[in-house]
Amino acid sequence: MNDYGAVSASVETVPVANSSDVVTARQMVRTLAQRTGLSLVHQTKLVTAASELGRNMLIHGGGGVVRATTVADGGRSGIFVEFQDQGPGIPDIELALTDGWTSGNGMGLGLSGAKRLVDEFEIESGSGGTTVRIVKWGR
Amino acid sequence: MTDRVPVLKIGEILLVSIQVDLEDQMVLDLQEDLSNQIVATGAKGVVIDISALEIVDSFVGRMLATNASISRVLGAETIVVGMRPAVAMTLVELGLSLKGVRTALNLERGLKLLRRLSASRG
Repeated sequence: MNDYGAVSASVETVPVANSSDVVTARQMVRTLAQRTGLSLVHQTKLVTAASELGRNMLIHGGGGVVRATTVADGGRSGIFVEFQDQGPGIPDIELALTDGWTSGNGMGLGLSGAKRLVDEFEIESGSGGTTVRIVKWGR
Repeated sequence: MTDRVPVLKIGEILLVSIQVDLEDQMVLDLQEDLSNQIVATGAKGVVIDISALEIVDSFVGRMLATNASISRVLGAETIVVGMRPAVAMTLVELGLSLKGVRTALNLERGLKLLRRLSASRG
C-alpha cells in the first residue's frame, strides 16, 4: 500500500474489546466517510467492510484497535482504516482470504468480502498479531 | 445487558422493525425471541423491516437467512422489507445472496405478499 499523506493530523482511534465497540468503530468510520464526502454507496461499502474486519479482530484476535483518517492522492480523497490486534495471527492468509472458508461460525465472507468492498486491502499477520489496512476512495 | 429488538404481534403476523445499529448480541437475541414468539403465538408470517439499517453485514445477513429457515420449519413465512439500495448493492458485492429469504420493497408490499402466500397455502 502506498504511503498516502494524511489530510488532517487527526487520527480517530477506537479500542475494540467487545461487540458494542465494533458498533462504535463503524460509526466513527461512517462519520469520517460522510465528512470526507464519500457517496452513500461508498460509505455503505466501507462501513460494512469495517464491520466485518472489526468483528474478525474481536473474535480471532481477542480485540484490538481501529484507527482511521482521511487520506489524499492527487485530486481524490478517501478514508484509510487500520485494524490491529495482538492475537495469535492467521496461519494461512491465502486460505483465510478464500470465499467460504471459515474458522468459526461465520459465513466465511469476513476477510474476502471486506476485500471486495474496498479499493485497497493489505494484511500482515504473524505470531505478534494481525494488522489489516484498507482504503476506500471517493470519486 | 444489551437492548432487545421488540417483536410485535398483529393478528397472525409478527412485526419486527429494526431501528437501532445492531450489536451482534442483539442479533442473536432477536433470532431466539422470534423463534419463541412464532411458537407462542402460532404466527403464520413474520415481517422484518430493515429500512432503518444503514448496513447489513455477513452476521446480520446470516441471521436473516437462518431466521427465514427456522420460521419456515415452524410454519411461518418471513418477508424482509425495506432494504436500502446501497445496502443491497453492498450485500451482493460482499457475496451474500440471501438465498431462501423472501423480500419486498416496503412494509405494504410485504404484508400483501404474506396474505397471498397464506391464501395459496389455504
